[in-house]
Amino acid sequence: MTEKPGTRAVDRLYETLDADARQGGYNLNPEAEFTRSLVEGLLTNTARYGYQACPCRLASGERAQDLDIICPCDYRDPDLNDYGACFCALYVSAEVLQGKRKLGSVPERRGKLVEKKEDITGCGALIKLSQPVWRCKVCGYLCGREEPPEVCPICKASKERFERFV
Amino acid sequence: MARVTVTGKNKGDILLFALSTCVWCGKTKKLLDDLGVAYTYEYVDLLTGGERDAAVQELSKWNPSKSFPTLVFNNDKTIVGFREAEIKEALK
Repeated sequence: MTEKPGTRAVDRLYETLDADARQGGYNLNPEAEFTRSLVEGLLTNTARYGYQACPCRLASGERAQDLDIICPCDYRDPDLNDYGACFCALYVSAEVLQGKRKLGSVPERRGKLVEKKEDITGCGALIKLSQPVWRCKVCGYLCGREEPPEVCPICKASKERFERFV
Repeated sequence: MARVTVTGKNKGDILLFALSTCVWCGKTKKLLDDLGVAYTYEYVDLLTGGERDAAVQELSKWNPSKSFPTLVFNNDKTIVGFREAEIKEALK
């Protein structure tokens, strides 16, 4: 069994996540004890698997298979929109933060097929781009450059979480 | 870690699939403890190899999205997620 992370390690990660969230326009769950437990889970998973897999999901232990559930997960933003919180409720929407919406259990979105959105490329115009466009699968950040950034400047997701958008 | 049985009032066969790192699983476990019912739980993340595969396979029968916490009552009814009111109702 993995050793329990220390209080100081939890404090440090908590502060970092909080600062990153504020900077990126996100909110951590204001219930400090609850959030501390989740941060502890993230540290436990980092020690166990080598990456901070969602504490409320079962990681395979294979980074490539778990990319979508590395916190912040690919499902955070749609869950914030639909339920006011991400799956584990580390992140909450402004409505929940302000007490205008109550937190409930968030259903698992992973593995469910997403309905295909309307083809947004079919607008008739053929655009020639000088650079490929990369999209962060976590927060939707777009950038036009040869390679995606090492770390997403908005949500801090790693390079491998980017997909070629155009 | 194998399945752990918690003693208490007999409200039927109650099985909880949980993760040791999951706060909602912890809340579910605490609710069962507070209600004083007998149940069995398994921290699936602490299992390895074949044991883990077997647990996940069993869980997927009850909850195809294989999410946690999943509570199984009498090998029949399932409550997925920490749904306090529903769990209390099921244990009345």
